[in-house]
Amino acid sequence: MKDSSKSIMQSQKLILKRKGLSDTKLLLLITVSLFVILYILSAILFADRNFAKYSVFFNLFNNKAYLLMLALGLTIVMISGSIDISVGGVTGLVSMVIATMLVDSTVSAVWSIPVALAIGIVFGIVQGYLIAYMDIQPFIVTLSGMFFARGMISVINPRSVPITDEMFMCWSSARVYIPFLYNVRRHGTHDVAYLTPAAIVAIIVMIVIIIMCKKTKFGRSLYAIGGNPQSALLMGVNVKRTKFLAHVLCGLLAGIGGLLYTLFAPSGNPGNGYGYEIDAISSSVIGGVMLSGGVGLPIGTFFGVLINALIERVVPLLGIVDASWPRIITSAFLFAFIVLQSVFARGTGRRLTRSRIT
Amino acid sequence: MRFLNIRTGVSIKSGLKTIAKSLASSRLTFSIVILLIVLVQNIITTPTFFKVSITNGLLSGYIPNILDEASELVIVTLGMTLVIAATGGVDISVGAIMAISASFCGLMLNGSEYRTDVFHNPYILALLIGLLGGALCGVFNGFLVSYLKMQPMIATLILFTAGRSIAKQITHGQTIYIMNPVYKYLGVQIPGVPIRTTIIVSTVIIVIMVLVTKLTSLGLYVQSVGINGSPSRLVGLNSRMIKLMAFVICGILSGIAGLVGSSSIGSVNSGELGLSIEMDAILAVALGGNMLGGGKFSIAGSVIGAYTIQAITTTLYAMSVRADQLNVFTAFIIIVIIVASSDVFKDKVQKLTRKVFSKNVSVGG
Amino acid sequence: MNNEMQQNKPSLIMEGIGKSFPGVRALNHVGFKLRRGEIHALMGENGAGKSTLIKVLTGVYLMDEGSVTLDGKPIVIRSPQDAQKHAISTVYQEVNLCPNLTVMENLFLGREPRKMGFIDWRTMNRKAEELLQELNIYADPTAQLDTCSIAIQQMIAIARAVNTKCKFLILDEPTSSLDADEVKKLFTLMRQLKDKGVGIIFITHFIKQVYEICDRITVLRNGELVGEFEVESLPRLELVKKMMGKEIEILSDLAVNKDESKYDGEVPMIDARDLSSGTSNVAPFSLKMYKGEVVGFAGLLGSGRSELVRTIYGADKAVQGQLYIKGKDGKIKKPLDAMKQGMAYLPEDRKADGIFAELSVRENIIIALQAKHGLFKRLRRKDMERYADEYIKLLNIKTASRETPIKSLSGGNQQKVILARWLLTNPEFMILDEPTRGIDIGTKTEIQRLILKLASEGKSIAFISSEMDEMLRTCSRMVVLRDRCKVGELTQTQLNQNTIMRTIAGGEQ
Ligand SMILES: Nc1ncnc2c1ncn2[C@@H]1O[C@H](COP(=O)(O)OP(=O)(O)OP(=O)(O)O)[C@@H](O)[C@H]1O
Ligand SMILES: [Mg+2]
Repeated sequence: MKDSSKSIMQSQKLILKRKGLSDTKLLLLITVSLFVILYILSAILFADRNFAKYSVFFNLFNNKAYLLMLALGLTIVMISGSIDISVGGVTGLVSMVIATMLVDSTVSAVWSIPVALAIGIVFGIVQGYLIAYMDIQPFIVTLSGMFFARGMISVINPRSVPITDEMFMCWSSARVYIPFLYNVRRHGTHDVAYLTPAAIVAIIVMIVIIIMCKKTKFGRSLYAIGGNPQSALLMGVNVKRTKFLAHVLCGLLAGIGGLLYTLFAPSGNPGNGYGYEIDAISSSVIGGVMLSGGVGLPIGTFFGVLINALIERVVPLLGIVDASWPRIITSAFLFAFIVLQSVFARGTGRRLTRSRIT
Repeated sequence: MRFLNIRTGVSIKSGLKTIAKSLASSRLTFSIVILLIVLVQNIITTPTFFKVSITNGLLSGYIPNILDEASELVIVTLGMTLVIAATGGVDISVGAIMAISASFCGLMLNGSEYRTDVFHNPYILALLIGLLGGALCGVFNGFLVSYLKMQPMIATLILFTAGRSIAKQITHGQTIYIMNPVYKYLGVQIPGVPIRTTIIVSTVIIVIMVLVTKLTSLGLYVQSVGINGSPSRLVGLNSRMIKLMAFVICGILSGIAGLVGSSSIGSVNSGELGLSIEMDAILAVALGGNMLGGGKFSIAGSVIGAYTIQAITTTLYAMSVRADQLNVFTAFIIIVIIVASSDVFKDKVQKLTRKVFSKNVSVGG
Repeated sequence: MNNEMQQNKPSLIMEGIGKSFPGVRALNHVGFKLRRGEIHALMGENGAGKSTLIKVLTGVYLMDEGSVTLDGKPIVIRSPQDAQKHAISTVYQEVNLCPNLTVMENLFLGREPRKMGFIDWRTMNRKAEELLQELNIYADPTAQLDTCSIAIQQMIAIARAVNTKCKFLILDEPTSSLDADEVKKLFTLMRQLKDKGVGIIFITHFIKQVYEICDRITVLRNGELVGEFEVESLPRLELVKKMMGKEIEILSDLAVNKDESKYDGEVPMIDARDLSSGTSNVAPFSLKMYKGEVVGFAGLLGSGRSELVRTIYGADKAVQGQLYIKGKDGKIKKPLDAMKQGMAYLPEDRKADGIFAELSVRENIIIALQAKHGLFKRLRRKDMERYADEYIKLLNIKTASRETPIKSLSGGNQQKVILARWLLTNPEFMILDEPTRGIDIGTKTEIQRLILKLASEGKSIAFISSEMDEMLRTCSRMVVLRDRCKVGELTQTQLNQNTIMRTIAGGEQ
């Protein structure tokens, strides 16, 4: 273990020397390698838990599709140098609205889609307007957004509502098996890996976002205004509009995330989505996004979400019964991870850049 | 003698002038105005709002209530102010730190018993141990931020996630009740003193913080480090130390808030103590006109911000808003406050009034 | 023929421009005319309002009053985007690029080459490479911008500006962080653009450069227009007089005490032996500096001058060698150690390493002294104010008040504040890395005079400047660096332009 991390560090140094590796890519590299190491490690430590199986790997993602949406939204606003902590509240609100809407089955489940998107977009537009055009601190605006969403949940329905709508449950439990990706069980049946519809939606959305960030003018403007808004302005970027759109997009993604979450856990519950903004932020950061703006990649966030999911899966396997230990261990993992990341980044990044002045 | 009088007269006058000037220009004015508006609104809706009476040897009424209930938030907000100013990030572990330090204190007092009225250790010692716990949490956070260069929100996320569980482990996984009446001295009342101790404690801490920033150069150091780390180092400031210090102070203050909070209910419930207070504290800092990006800060602003939040909550309760729906109104009011105090809004209003004014003039002429 | 016609008729006209900031009237009824195919210098002291005029023209600030016409038609510019739409491109005084993006993205941000709506990275890379090559800028298009030195960044900003099909180009002190070679490159470029009919506004404090390249000069003083002049009809001294509003003494009356034999047997103030820092890649160097001496550090950009002095100051930690201060081991681990032993260091990059943008002028001045005193010995408010006022007066810092945030001062005045910060600590050994960057000639002379005065009071000064004249005028000895190595020391008799240039270039070996 020690050796391997050392050699990673060395190889990273080499790469850096050869060519100016940007902060963004460096952090991504660290994330991906740590994920791989962690996964292999858990596969070895918990050999009986089938980490080597395709289905287990895919389920990591199936269970966290909604989180990917929220985290991607945060990735976008964080790259633009802003933040949105209302996403958890929006998730909860969306699930409660859908559940309440479907409760007596007079409304078709199809409506849940536009409703979810609309809620997200409305949050995005209002918050984005206040942040970008009224120049109010994003933390405050979106914190109020979170309060508002959480309060609205109780206003709509202070009790929990299970979803029984047939069509919705059908979407929720559907599985799309992936041909050829299977392991043979001991008694000969095939354990085929599958994706849920939610996961498929998440993957498609992620691909769109990746392309957007890399290949469109809007995407690059996000990085520019996150790096230095003043400079971006002077270089002719429409800073306000970019920031506004980033928040609208984040709101939209939160709406989608809410829908996917409801598919994953089909019921409306006043506690739904509580604290998810923190999960989303930590996934993004683990994936190499900087809260200070201008640095990060959506694909990194994807790995951040996977790491979150992996930790969540591994911790219960440690066989501790007491209810409070899992949280401590989860954060110990998180801690170890962030420390490793920051040590790598520090060992290779800034120092070299400072001295590499031509 | 006369000479002295004149001198002080002049200095008071000029002092007032500078205060007036800075009030007119700063955002602080706005938070004061808002606080006033909230209070005035209360006179209208709740006539008894300003009534203060003495019941059970304690001052009571809406205002003492607000001061009392805001005390934890005020104390935490002061620490948060320093962290935000020095690092440009937030400390989201303050609520968890409150739980941890209260648990330490509870452990010292109760030993392994879950409900008792005998102190196993001296009261003061227990309080100090509690504070030490808070300070250690601060050191941990500060170390991660200043030495490992983590982003503050992420560094404090660790204690945020684990803190309450750790606190629970300290108290052997249960809520503990400290039945000795002395324990309530800190959070309720010292016999014979007609003012709630929470109010006294928070006031004393505010005064200490103001004095510290006035008498030492902590304020300047924190601001410099928060604005730009690179020149700070070159002018001889130890920015790591200063960031660490901000976190430690924040940890200690959160610890005090935790002790006050648990003392006022006479028990240590690590799942509930200071729950979600981090968000309120950040909000208070911002309401006080401080930038969350770090740098310049105002203690007075943060304090006013914290009291404003409590005043809003108390007011809403007085108007019999349901607890779980309170958030909707709070969010709404806060956004209105912040929008109205934003520069953009002020500009627009100014332009509008100018337009109206100039129209009048042209019509008149 | 056509060209000449254009030359004579102003194309871009600003009239009656007024702009106020809280407490300052930065521009008062200023006019400016720019013709196609001319290079037009905009001159004035620090804080005269040059940058403000540019920012008003390019929509960064909205003007309070006045109008702009382009080829006879009135235009309104409310944002930098509007300015770009009218084909006005600008290089601002402080480098304004995005540090987190690659060099090529900084070159092309906002007008990326696209294929089917998507950014075409390959084409961008190729075009960037071409552009960089054309301008002889040695930078990797895929490198992150903040890995480049300020000079390269400045060149990239220029490359970005000229790359657009601009009709007007505005350059606000582009040469302040460039060395002679790069200035030459820039001038060639400017001439080419001029021949293509581009109208160029050029702001600089180097009088020589104005006479080398400009056709017309507009002079501002205290936010007022002094007048527009043809270069031929305005002798240098006259120009200086117009800028300052008064005569200045000729620079050559500064005399340097270049007698070095007197140091024999004296304990050196600074004695570095095989010193080297881990991060800076400067080869280990040895160096002695005595009381009352001004030592210059010469070398091309990137030759390691700044890194060398940073190591002495402890800004880059030394990992090898010893540093003796007045004969005793300095034990310098961090800047504060150096400060405590009487050192001061004025850094090269004002924006990144110098100013605390949101703090007031007063706080920026006293911060180093306060740091030296420590956390608990807070300076008295009265003293702080007295110090601030003293240096505002001494260095002629133009500011609305001592409580104005330093970010709203003009570039040159910010520089003076930082100089004041270090003078206030009363150092025995000062490191001045480009202290006169962006400072007008009047004050520049003052600063040079100050340096000599400090030396005569027994202080020892390390002086880095890209201007050879300035160093020749003040230094009694010069250390020459090449490729991150100290390659020699030149003493009194060898101190002339030729030998220095030869040593820098490595010709004599
Ligand atoms: N954003 C601002 N806020 C307040 N005052 C400002 C601001 N920008 C400039 N000023 C003031 O306006 C005046 C003119 O500044 P400007 O930057 O135009 O000077 P300059 O001629 O470019 O000087 P330099 O040669 O030092 O760059 C100065 O007194 C400065 O303090
Ligand atoms: Mg200027």
